[in-house]
Amino acid sequence: MPRLNTPAELETLRKKLVKNQSASRPCITVCCGTGCRALGSVKLVDAFRAELAKQGLESSVDIKETGCHGFCEKGSVVVIYPQNICYFHVKPEDAADVVAKTIKTGELVDHLLYKDPASGEKLVYHQDIPFYKYQERTVLGDNEHINPQNIEDYIQRGGYSALVKALFQMTPESVLEEVDTANLRGRGGDGFPAGKKWRTTRDAPDPVKYVLVNCDEGDPGAFMDRSIMEGNPHCVLEGLAIGAFAVGAKEGYIYVRAEYPLAVENLYAAIRQAEEYGLLGKNILGSGFDFIVKVHEGAGAFVSGESSALMTAIEGRVGEPRPKYIRTAIKGLWDKPSNLNNVETWANVPHIINKGAEWFRSIGTEGSKGTKIFALVGKVNNTGLVEVPMGTTLRDIIFKIGGGLRDGKKIKAVQTGGPSGGCIPENLLDSPVDYDVLSKLGSMVGSGGLIIMDEETCMVDIARYFINFLSDESCGKCLPCREGLRQLVEILTRITEGKGTMADMDTLEDLSGVMSEACLCALGQQAPNPLLTTLKYFRHEYIDHIKNKHCEAGVCKALLTFYIDPDKCKACMICARNCPTDAIKGGKGLIHTIEQDKCIKCGACLDTCPAKFYAVRKISGIPIPDNVPSEPIPLNRKAE
Amino acid sequence: MEEIKLTIDGREVTAQSGQTVFQAAAAAGIHIPALCFHEQLEPYGGCRVCSVEVVTGSRSKVVASCVYPASNGLVVNTNTEKIRHIRKVLIELLLTKAPASKPIRDLAEEYGADAARFSHDASFCVLCGLCVRYCTEVKKANALCFISRGTQREVTFVPEIASRECEKCQQCFDICPTNFIRANFEMAKALTFGTEE
Ligand code: SF4
Ligand code: SF4
Ligand code: SF4
Ligand code: FES
Ligand code: FES
Repeated sequence: MPRLNTPAELETLRKKLVKNQSASRPCITVCCGTGCRALGSVKLVDAFRAELAKQGLESSVDIKETGCHGFCEKGSVVVIYPQNICYFHVKPEDAADVVAKTIKTGELVDHLLYKDPASGEKLVYHQDIPFYKYQERTVLGDNEHINPQNIEDYIQRGGYSALVKALFQMTPESVLEEVDTANLRGRGGDGFPAGKKWRTTRDAPDPVKYVLVNCDEGDPGAFMDRSIMEGNPHCVLEGLAIGAFAVGAKEGYIYVRAEYPLAVENLYAAIRQAEEYGLLGKNILGSGFDFIVKVHEGAGAFVSGESSALMTAIEGRVGEPRPKYIRTAIKGLWDKPSNLNNVETWANVPHIINKGAEWFRSIGTEGSKGTKIFALVGKVNNTGLVEVPMGTTLRDIIFKIGGGLRDGKKIKAVQTGGPSGGCIPENLLDSPVDYDVLSKLGSMVGSGGLIIMDEETCMVDIARYFINFLSDESCGKCLPCREGLRQLVEILTRITEGKGTMADMDTLEDLSGVMSEACLCALGQQAPNPLLTTLKYFRHEYIDHIKNKHCEAGVCKALLTFYIDPDKCKACMICARNCPTDAIKGGKGLIHTIEQDKCIKCGACLDTCPAKFYAVRKISGIPIPDNVPSEPIPLNRKAE
Repeated sequence: MEEIKLTIDGREVTAQSGQTVFQAAAAAGIHIPALCFHEQLEPYGGCRVCSVEVVTGSRSKVVASCVYPASNGLVVNTNTEKIRHIRKVLIELLLTKAPASKPIRDLAEEYGADAARFSHDASFCVLCGLCVRYCTEVKKANALCFISRGTQREVTFVPEIASRECEKCQQCFDICPTNFIRANFEMAKALTFGTEE
């Protein structure tokens, strides 16, 4: 492909690509994102190729490998165009059937269709499946249409037209103005207005400036940045180039965690192709604007998401926050003004430039505009990446898109914003997702993690879990974070073991308050969130653990007791055989008993006791009933 | 250098641009406690004991004065109840690590800090980084470094360099607030320096 030298040449190419792809031509798209790959989607593509060849269809049917569609738990995900038929859990063995039936005759392959968990009804088309239907996929939507390794797919769908518009019809100032008016706020955690940040970098006196992409995503449950980078890297590059033009940068850096090999691979391919096509590099499309992009592969650490830590890492030093109160927008990478945004923020930029600030502002709430991608995980039926307008309620996300909770369980809380977000209780689920609303509730939009917790979740244990995670992620530089987290973990562990005191609750609150004020960086300042919100909304659970030695969710092992109900035990010996510590005494014809000293509370007996007997009990905070014998006794004596 | 004016604890104070709030306060005779600060070293911002409140409009935020730049018109409070409380808790955390350290005990006395409610983990080093930074910035020997992160963080000698440089220098021993670096050195010597005579 020769280099494109003018916007007109790009447009000619796009028209040619559109023309070559007739709307009625069948196309099998196979998701080859990380999730589906792990489930064998690469083999599936080969199987489709072989099958098309076998059935003599290779020249009349296209195959496309795309990025993540967001519904990873149903992988491999396949969509057949032009009808928009969705198949899930597709295995290489299914390829023959799909080609023979759907491609040749239009017949559906029933077992690959989506089955609604509530009604049991089978749904066929993309637009009918609730998981997709209630989303608004501005940023993610192209993922299912584009082969990320092929720049022409992106160009065909209008890619790089926003860059053309910025370079040829706008000035740096008007681009900045547009992003500012749109009120695009950082999608990575802080929600800081991107336009303001850009302006600070642009106005900083140093003429050498950088634009940076944060693709570190330290939040373990979140993978939206990975999915965009894997599935549609050009939209990030285009956004970045537009940003560079606006702030006056000639160089950009993308920090991507090395644990995202596919994102790294697709990103390198995208940069190479964009350079080849003249969409990056010197004199882009003849505009006179030069812009190059470099990639930094970093070893992921939660704290690297913090901007100064990330820049320190790019410079080749240990990723540690800097103490200076000079914003990185003014003095960042190599002390030059540096504008850092995360992947999702950059990916929104081409849309804003193309469709305008007013379009963007028409979506969302007063203070939070546009759409946001959330990683919906935990105890919901449909897990995955969901993109919704800001202002959608948590309840709608969980119940309409997520399809409600698994096994008909009741919801207890949702943790938003990643490990340092807060836990929001059921009665506040009608709150809209919005930067300001969530922060008022003690949580945040953050990275966009949404962890759904059911009634079997102990909120004290959850707080302990997140605080412990954060203490492993702290860089350890500043005292309140390092030592504060250490103390918080110890106190919380004590409470879950039933050894806490009411004074411990005060200490938790006191220490959290100091940390949120005095820590050096956002990791430490926000770390107390999961603790403070559970203390606020689930205080009774803490008190219950401390005073009554009772864990209502039945999670905290130290507060649990297992016993065998003598009226139910049929002396089948199944539990005794499954107990790992031989804590269960009994024998043929003898009601079994549990030796409490030996029991490690693993729950194996409860799980293995046949459901029809239902003899094992798990209790917390109450004594074993009097009628439970301490030694095995003959069965018939009790059975009468 | 240009002259600037700021308000510290209600007093108008003159400072030089480029100075930190800590320096501006010190020049005006206003005492702010500090632990990881050292005149010869780049400010570090690790211990947070020098925290003060900076007021803008109706909002205030807590910042580490040893790294926060003084600027014209800035309003700073160094001794509010909130700040004293933050310092007290920070000092309690220091006490859990190095209960016998003289500078820390002095601070504890000044702020009425008592670490009884916390669990103790006396590892003696409070990770103020003075030794590492002194060795790097002043001596330029790089014989000391931090290893690991989070609660696992530690100061350690780099054996190849330390076995050559440290015996004759030992200057960091005097600036360590807990005396730990001396013990650490003896330990490192015995364990890792080898015995080439
Ligand atoms: S708050 Fe935590 S992560 Fe941030 S600098 Fe301090 S120790 Fe490091
Ligand atoms: S809970 Fe586990 S250890 Fe205890 S009795 Fe049952 S199987 Fe044995
Ligand atoms: S050894 Fe001493 S000077 Fe060095 S970090 Fe530890 S307490 Fe500070
Ligand atoms: S990887 Fe295939 S849907 Fe996410
Ligand atoms: S003296 Fe300022 S942070 Fe330690």
